[in-house]
Amino acid sequence: MNLNKGKKAANSIICFFSKTLSITEMEVRKLRHDPTELITRAVQPAIWLLVFGEVFTRVHLIPTGNLSYISFMAPGVLAQSVLFIAIFYGIAVIWERDLGILHKFLVSPTPRQALVLGKAFSAGVRALSQVAIIYVLAVLIGVGINWNPVNLTLVGVVAILASALFSTFSLIIASLVKTRERFMGIGQILTMPLFFASNAIYPLSMMPSWLQAVARVNPLTYAVDAMRGLMITGGTSIYGVGLDMLVLFVAMIVLVIIGAKLYPKVIV
Amino acid sequence: MTILTTEHLTRRFGELVAVDDLTISVEEGEIFGLLGPNGAGKSTAIKMIITLLPPTSGSANVGGFDLAHNASKIRRLIGYVPQILSADGTLTGRENLMIFAKLYDIPKNERAKRIDESLEFMGLTDVCNKLVRNYSGGMIRRLEIAQSMLHRPKVLFLDEPTIGLDPVGRRAVWDHITKLRDNYGTTIFLTTHYMEEADKLCSRVAIMHLGKLAVMGAPDELKASLGDDEATLDDVFAHYTGGSLERGDGYTEASRTRRTARRLG
Repeated sequence: MNLNKGKKAANSIICFFSKTLSITEMEVRKLRHDPTELITRAVQPAIWLLVFGEVFTRVHLIPTGNLSYISFMAPGVLAQSVLFIAIFYGIAVIWERDLGILHKFLVSPTPRQALVLGKAFSAGVRALSQVAIIYVLAVLIGVGINWNPVNLTLVGVVAILASALFSTFSLIIASLVKTRERFMGIGQILTMPLFFASNAIYPLSMMPSWLQAVARVNPLTYAVDAMRGLMITGGTSIYGVGLDMLVLFVAMIVLVIIGAKLYPKVIV
Repeated sequence: MTILTTEHLTRRFGELVAVDDLTISVEEGEIFGLLGPNGAGKSTAIKMIITLLPPTSGSANVGGFDLAHNASKIRRLIGYVPQILSADGTLTGRENLMIFAKLYDIPKNERAKRIDESLEFMGLTDVCNKLVRNYSGGMIRRLEIAQSMLHRPKVLFLDEPTIGLDPVGRRAVWDHITKLRDNYGTTIFLTTHYMEEADKLCSRVAIMHLGKLAVMGAPDELKASLGDDEATLDDVFAHYTGGSLERGDGYTEASRTRRTARRLG
């Protein structure tokens, strides 16, 4: 009896994740048919690193300990580019609503959480392509990269978690505002504060205390902190990579649960 | 046997009563048409029945499952093709089917077979590896029907299935809908505002007007009830809706002219 129950539960968990992966797989297939967006998305981080980074690394304005500024900022640019992609991900929800694709998903016997998590992971796939691009850029400008396979894998995991988190946040906003115009407005408003109120391009210690408080509740700070500890040689994480990942994971789960509640309401 | 019923189904949006006390029943294996002018509440009614939109009051039952308590069970029994052409243009036809085969828990060893069968049935085998954005409207519609029949639904909901299609595309969709019913015994629940289409396809129709059910019955019965041998479903529609809201009195006028023209040959 109990064994049966256990089997049933195991089955429904397998079913949940296979559906999540189906949604993700669909997005990957779309990218395979038309990968242009992966290339155009390389432009922005390239500008940050090659222009902003190269200039600021010469002026030594920002205290970065024993790291060069450009090495300090490379993980920050990675986290930022992940954020910039993910934060507009919600527009796809509105787009799919307008196309009726969303209706068909919601009518299918797919758990809402699996739909939301599947979308979140597909934003994660795009984040992985950003990881690859930024590693290449970083090598080109002479940033010392930590090539330990464990570190590489963990950078990928952090990128996926962060992008899943921010894309689900974006999905929640899309579900609330419901129209493209309003969504774009809010997306623009959110990106800059999330970016600047974080440790992406300067350490928290430089900030006034009120801004530090904001940065400490900003998930981007933890993504940057983890990447800084993992990605570059001599980089250190302030909070510890384990804690960073835990914060990102818990925040993602909470957002997915909220997102799954709000997501079906976008069609009304 | 009755497969679908709604009782006093009502949905309000603020002041507007989009669906007002709708009570209908659909028999297993029939092609049932929900008719009405634009804005009559057809799409809202469908959305409630297929679990997308919670009703304000009233109830519905599909295949023995109650909407309020068993929405997830209902989802396994039904298929849905929305009004807009909604297949994903950035994927191939086959990929569009594959994703739904997975979401509907069709076992791995059966997926390919089911997909091939659906493609064949809808006459899309030759184009299944092309991106859907290169399909014609009629082909996309057929692909969507293929998508919605993969899991062999008991009831298939089609919201304005032929809207915007050219005559050839419409004819192909009609044929496939009828064949689907004949081969698989699928109950078809469709909305349309093409009266000729409803007359040809549907064994029974319900006409909605301003959110309310105006009349329900077999097209022939409804036509006969007007007491005019040559009445068409257009006339029935005009009689119960007083012409459509959108088109005002022009509708009755137009349908009368059309009938005159036909009589003159």
